[in-house]
Amino acid sequence: MRKLALSSLAASLFATPALADAVAGAVQQQATNWPAIIMFLIFVALTLGITKWAASQTKSAAQFYSAGGGITGTQNGLAIAGDYMSAASFLGISGIVFGSGYDGLIYSVGWLVGWPIILFLIAERLRNLGKYTFADVASFRLEQSPIRKMAAISTLAVVAFYLIAQMVGAGKLIQLLFGLPYGYAVMIVGILMIVYVTFGGMVATTWVQIIKAVMLLGGATLMALMVLVKFGFSPEALFQAAVNTHPKAGAIMGPGSLVTDPVSAISLGLALMFGTAGLPHILMRFFTVSDAKQARKSVFYATGFIGYFYILTFIIGFGAIALLMNDASFYKTATDATTGAVTYDKIKDLLGGTNMPAIHLSRAVLGNMFLGFISAVAFATILAVVAGLTLAGASAVSHDLYASVFAKGTVNEAKEIRISKIAAVVIGLIAIGLGYVFENINVAFMVGLAFAVAASTNFPILVMSTFWKGMTTKGAVIGGILGLISSVGLTILSPGVWEAVLGYEKGSAPFPYANPALFSMALAFLGIWIGSMIDGSKRGQIDKAGFDDQYVRSETGIGAAGAVSH
Amino acid sequence: MDSNLSSRIRQNPAFQELVRKRTGFAWLLSALMLLIYFGFILLVAFNKAFLATPLGTGVTTIGIPIGIAVIVSAFVLTGIYVKRANSEFDELTDKIKKDALK
Repeated sequence: MRKLALSSLAASLFATPALADAVAGAVQQQATNWPAIIMFLIFVALTLGITKWAASQTKSAAQFYSAGGGITGTQNGLAIAGDYMSAASFLGISGIVFGSGYDGLIYSVGWLVGWPIILFLIAERLRNLGKYTFADVASFRLEQSPIRKMAAISTLAVVAFYLIAQMVGAGKLIQLLFGLPYGYAVMIVGILMIVYVTFGGMVATTWVQIIKAVMLLGGATLMALMVLVKFGFSPEALFQAAVNTHPKAGAIMGPGSLVTDPVSAISLGLALMFGTAGLPHILMRFFTVSDAKQARKSVFYATGFIGYFYILTFIIGFGAIALLMNDASFYKTATDATTGAVTYDKIKDLLGGTNMPAIHLSRAVLGNMFLGFISAVAFATILAVVAGLTLAGASAVSHDLYASVFAKGTVNEAKEIRISKIAAVVIGLIAIGLGYVFENINVAFMVGLAFAVAASTNFPILVMSTFWKGMTTKGAVIGGILGLISSVGLTILSPGVWEAVLGYEKGSAPFPYANPALFSMALAFLGIWIGSMIDGSKRGQIDKAGFDDQYVRSETGIGAAGAVSH
Repeated sequence: MDSNLSSRIRQNPAFQELVRKRTGFAWLLSALMLLIYFGFILLVAFNKAFLATPLGTGVTTIGIPIGIAVIVSAFVLTGIYVKRANSEFDELTDKIKKDALK
């Protein structure tokens, strides 16, 4: 049995930085869940089969990094959704709805609104300028070596923070769902992601993500439908039943304690919105399609799938309130010795902890086999996300650091792929190690940090290099370093780490807000601007002079790398 | 890309039209998304009571359709962009490409 000294996710949301996507809360290992294990093994067998096929396809660097640009917009939209919707958002958001109702909706919205921004400002230009990594785009007209190093460092930082969060979340989830010990769970996830990425590259990763997205969307749709059927397809009847059952009664129908400090709320909103547009594993997906038109289509579908999914989690959360809270069999109960009355806390005593409503609901609406299916979906979901992250990290090492910085572009393809595979194995092993070591870290905090770094480093460099002629190499490096240091530094100085992790007195945190993005993003943009303005170097002249040609290509796609024919 | 070709494309009125229209449209839609999302967050921060107002006699509050509308608006805005990009912007891009090959 493991218990975490974390307050319930919902209650601590805006108090801990991040409020993320987390699997937090008390965790107890469950009895071994055989239907779930069998369905999961079917999924693993299927994805390993695909990986074997993908390995036979993956001969060139283009196929390894970008599936040869041969993925269609619709497929990529699904893969993006699969890359982005984590198990934690499925279980975490329905858990927040279960605990405090409407707050879950407020929370989920933040995870969606970055997508239109990606479409309007990033996706097409990224596809037109880049080949395999977002650093291709950022360094297009700038000096290769410093920009690639900068981009690789921030990519690895984002990948590391996000990967730790996912590994720890995965370990706990599997412990809960399958009854496997934490260490084994982390190892299984790590080994599978290494196999997918090293043997199957982007082709295998893409298909794992597509299958997972279909399973997750299908499973969640079925669950939401079963809930609605029970209430005659009347949301009002569902809400009424939930209000009658929930200890907070009518309060679940309006905002609760989620947003109290407007500055923190805006800062977090910025991190989610622009962090999404700076996540390296997400940006990488735009190179898998043939052209800007397909890139555009990918985001349209992805936004639809992700938005639809969040509406489903809202229905699932309310369904769980209405259908689970009056049933003692879902709870850890206490029996009063004198009166014999059975009591339990309707939120905290849920078996397995506060992230389990969706899992229990699946049993409540369709029985044990469906419970097994949903548990397997949750596991598959984690694998799809970590595989994407590992591939992004490996590409930063092989394509940005090795091929462009150390070998100065004179490397042969076979060697570059080999380096990338070695990097994937090393990243996977490190992730297993860190997942094991950081078992008790606050997952929400790590995810918040990943988004803050992406929003404060990758996003400003990317957007300024495509839109502002005046940006020079020096400006990009200064702004990027400022964004990276300030987002990490301010997070450490915020209450979530300073008080909750480092144990200093309450109220003593030097930085009073939950998320640094409002300040660290401003610093990054300011750094880029000032650094470029005072840059009188010869290289600075070349950087600015390169803008016009870059602009033509980024706006029209003329000269862009197309799909590789198979 | 060869610089002559690039400067010829930049001088093409179709290129200037494409860039002007698409950039303006993209920033306009981005601003709208920011306005909708942060408007919602500020509403949550400053007027919780409004969002908790029941619709009619039931328990459903005005906050529910507003929250769902924010989610739907993200999808609708991307749809609006894609529709215009698929027709108008792609036609201009094709014209620019054709002119460039002349």
